[in-house]
Amino acid sequence: MSVLLELAVRFFLCGLFAIGGGLATLPFLYDIAQETGWYTAQDVSNMIAISESTPGPMGVNMATYVGYHVEGLVGAIVTPLALVLPSVIVIVAVSRILDQFKTSRLVQHALYGLRAASAALIAAAGLGVAKIAFLHTDLLAQAGSALGENLPALFNWKSICLAVVVYLGIVKWNFHPILYIVFSAAVGILFQFQ
Amino acid sequence: MRELWDLFVVFARIGGFTFGGGYAMLPMLEKEVVNGRHWADEEELMDYYAIGQCTPGIIAINTATFIGYKIRGIPGAIAATLGVIAPSLVIITIIAAFITNFMELQLVKSAFAGVRACVCVLVFTAVVKLTKKALADRAAIALFLIVLALSLFTGVSPVILVVAAGAAGIFLKRKEGEKK
Repeated sequence: MSVLLELAVRFFLCGLFAIGGGLATLPFLYDIAQETGWYTAQDVSNMIAISESTPGPMGVNMATYVGYHVEGLVGAIVTPLALVLPSVIVIVAVSRILDQFKTSRLVQHALYGLRAASAALIAAAGLGVAKIAFLHTDLLAQAGSALGENLPALFNWKSICLAVVVYLGIVKWNFHPILYIVFSAAVGILFQFQ
Repeated sequence: MRELWDLFVVFARIGGFTFGGGYAMLPMLEKEVVNGRHWADEEELMDYYAIGQCTPGIIAINTATFIGYKIRGIPGAIAATLGVIAPSLVIITIIAAFITNFMELQLVKSAFAGVRACVCVLVFTAVVKLTKKALADRAAIALFLIVLALSLFTGVSPVILVVAAGAAGIFLKRKEGEKK
């Protein structure tokens, strides 16, 4: 029981102080590993890999993984719930304040700036993924001065072709995103994407 | 009760097909929440993302909570949040319990390489669609470019960028008001 409680408290604090995307939870995960010995730093890198390649927000995935690792099924349920509890409390409070001041010109003006920033941050995150998806980043690191000669080898042509096909598909049909995701996973397996 | 179940199911679907960080949720949110159910419009979604960036908790959860609260108050917030985490809980538990070297499977690697390419395109088209309104004038576009450059090439925390952009918005709009 005490381990379960400790899990809940630690991940509640993680949810409270990790601000931003799922990767923001990382420093906390390392801290917890060090202080409790529940899992090792090596386990953390496994968790990241699994969380990134399974559906669901990364932070939640990592919390579930740690929870299961430490306390089995009960841990896998309690830990992510503890992680999201601060969000629910804080966002409900923010929503209430926002409702009250929605018509305030100051808030309107601040939101005008926020939306531009928000779009930029999402675009930046998207570009980060694009780099991994479309470039052989390992080659990028070692190529250095010979970059000019090997330029075509740097690009992941299979992925780029798939991206073009998906884009044309969206423009033409605008199906549900799930369809494109499932299609792309199938193409990846069929054509043995690396 | 129906509405709560609806919130749970829609957000479970979104959580189940979000690969990567919270930004990867955007295409799904746009389809399900903005176009499908009309639970929020483009501008509100951008607001939620911005505020979700600089409040405690991970963005994906914060955004879900925002929309859930808007539709049905606190029970709605809880339903949407539980929806987002439900697929993770099931999938990760199964992987942790049964598959020891999940990431070593070539099948998983290939499938995910395909999904990554797809997510880029989906995020790109969603950002273009959603930001048409947000980037309506030159000042907003300039702000967008500055934040994009800072976030790509420097290690400035998103929290600071969002807060600064809010302040810039207040400053720019007040100046505009003075001119008129």
